[in-house]
Amino acid sequence: MAEVEIRAVSKAFKKTQAVSDLSLTVGDGEFVALLGPTGAGKTTTLRLIAGLEMPDRGSIRIDGRDVTGDAPADRDVAFVFQQYSLYPHLTVFENMAFALRAPIRRVPEAEIRAKVREVARLLHIETKLDNKATQLSGGQMQRVAIGRALVRSPAIYLMDEPLSSLDAKLRGEMRLELKRIQTDLGATILYVTHDQTEAMTMASRIGVIEGGRLLQIGTPREIYENPINAHVAARLGQPAINLLPATLFAGAPRGAMTIGARTEHLTIARGGGDVQATVKRIEHLGDQSHLHLDLDGQPVVTLSDPEARLGAGDIVSLRLNKPLFFDADGGRVAA
Amino acid sequence: MAQIRVEALDKSFGNFHAVKEASFSVEDGEFLCLLGPSGCGKTTTLRMIAGLELPTAGTIRLDGEDVTMNRASARDIAFVFQLFALYPHMNVRRNIGFPLKCEGIGAAEADRRVVEAARILRISHLLDRPVSGLAGGDRQRVALGRAIVRKPKCFLMDEPLGALDTEMREAMIRELRALHDRLGATTVYVTHDQLEAMAMADMIAVMNNGVVEQVATPRDIYDRPASLFVADFIGSPPMNFLPFRGSLEAGVQEIRLGEREVAIPAAREGLPESDLVLGVRPEHVRFADRGAVRGEIYGTEYLGTTQIVTVTTRYGALKARSPASVPFRTGENVGLDFRPDTLSIFDKASGRAIRTVLHEGGVHG
Repeated sequence: MAEVEIRAVSKAFKKTQAVSDLSLTVGDGEFVALLGPTGAGKTTTLRLIAGLEMPDRGSIRIDGRDVTGDAPADRDVAFVFQQYSLYPHLTVFENMAFALRAPIRRVPEAEIRAKVREVARLLHIETKLDNKATQLSGGQMQRVAIGRALVRSPAIYLMDEPLSSLDAKLRGEMRLELKRIQTDLGATILYVTHDQTEAMTMASRIGVIEGGRLLQIGTPREIYENPINAHVAARLGQPAINLLPATLFAGAPRGAMTIGARTEHLTIARGGGDVQATVKRIEHLGDQSHLHLDLDGQPVVTLSDPEARLGAGDIVSLRLNKPLFFDADGGRVAA
Repeated sequence: MAQIRVEALDKSFGNFHAVKEASFSVEDGEFLCLLGPSGCGKTTTLRMIAGLELPTAGTIRLDGEDVTMNRASARDIAFVFQLFALYPHMNVRRNIGFPLKCEGIGAAEADRRVVEAARILRISHLLDRPVSGLAGGDRQRVALGRAIVRKPKCFLMDEPLGALDTEMREAMIRELRALHDRLGATTVYVTHDQLEAMAMADMIAVMNNGVVEQVATPRDIYDRPASLFVADFIGSPPMNFLPFRGSLEAGVQEIRLGEREVAIPAAREGLPESDLVLGVRPEHVRFADRGAVRGEIYGTEYLGTTQIVTVTTRYGALKARSPASVPFRTGENVGLDFRPDTLSIFDKASGRAIRTVLHEGGVHG
């Protein structure tokens, strides 16, 4: 494993600027997630590191060595794609051993067997090694695809939304497993996703990317609790942060136009108070319930406290508890 | 608009029994989700309602009329597949109006209805644009417009949001539900995504292996699952299951779990000694030093406001949802307690939920 450093990299496709002046260091043994919507430049960044694309400007270093001009095969990276592409005519074992059997690697057969078995055990597919790849469920196939990367010990694993094709239950299980495996192996991973839960639960650091630019990078807690602007604040959190006109509450600092209030920033009590809101409805989602409030015509959504027993039409009072403040351009204003 | 009644519907493909005596009804103006994993028979059921498959047995009634053997075209329903299927060489107006042209409706009437559909979907300004340049959300609105414009008795939708990324999907979920509230059209919506079902549906029918396991409101499906399968399929993370052996008498309010008594909602039926399962949602697990179950912290998943804590216990790994502000150390020994009024008990062999005060009225079959 090794440190990977991207320095001021830019890449355009015709008129589309996919990545703009992006700098990022993934430390040895670190799990960094790039979080952003479709078209933010996440996948292009991965492909630039892998050598599948050439940057227009900037450089890429792996373990201190400039690899910007190197071919993909010379970069010592392993790529896990969104759509698992297994060899259908080969067994799970053969699929996983494939990369190790490349002529240039010359790995002894006994070592290949040991390595494949070890990784299969980590991924809980050791009983499937003799199955044809096509005889597996979707979740098992994706594990084999991840396993194919894990049997190697590259400088860095590059993963492009590897869990997005799995159903919710399996995705939840794989998140925990992938994090455990990464910790056990001390693997360096750059992981691309548009799913905030994946980024929050697995990454040591999250890079929030938008329009080809890295807006902020930090631990999940830093990004969530201390976002640099309203845009980053809205990327993390379920339900999404409430962005409310600062005039609705007393005590906003100078220059603050918007108050950012998450569930933990709002104290909700039964009955009227300084600031009143009406309960519109309680939305029961699979994992939690959202309380929808109407505050002077502004919708406010928070996690509902199951003990509170509120119902539509109830009047509640709201009190702010150290919320975030943003200026007219969405930048953070100190409280 | 219309009421749909599905009675003892059965469908086999050769040796494969895809749908087994499925029964449910969708009231006029109701939004029902058929929810289940891939291969559970939900799409086959929808296709039978549409008339794209003929059932092996059973009946389908549309507004009381038996339409089981009617052709699809004679059923007055609109089927929405993956929403992206648009005619690339036509503009928005012609895409939306296409079904009317096929039905031979006059140009003036057709145009009036296209304009009306566009207004409802808030895409009036796009009518003369080519569909090729549209953003994903607008393309979906156009596809929906094609269904709305026919003014069918009901809408049938097969995973229309499956191909979208998280953010777009969440926006479309709100939009589809708002659209339903405006149109009030009877809708049957197939999905494997519990979030879509929980957020949009008035009623959810959960299917597994061709069987409808429960038909209930989202709230009841979540709080009062009728079977182990439903309890496991709904919820993220799903319900925790603690296997134990015991007997039950009607009226008892506690069970014996290991060496400890655990309070439960009062049982409404008796059961001889058998293998049972205690079901606990992660948000109903509380950390308590003198708790009924002890375990070791395996890991935490930070989610911002809350965190999911995985605890290894003699009953397997249990997950608890707790405020993110509470610190936990991996390997730490903790005690767990459960909120009594929310617990479910299942018969392990059949998977059926045992009737209790909590489940009374929520159990089907």
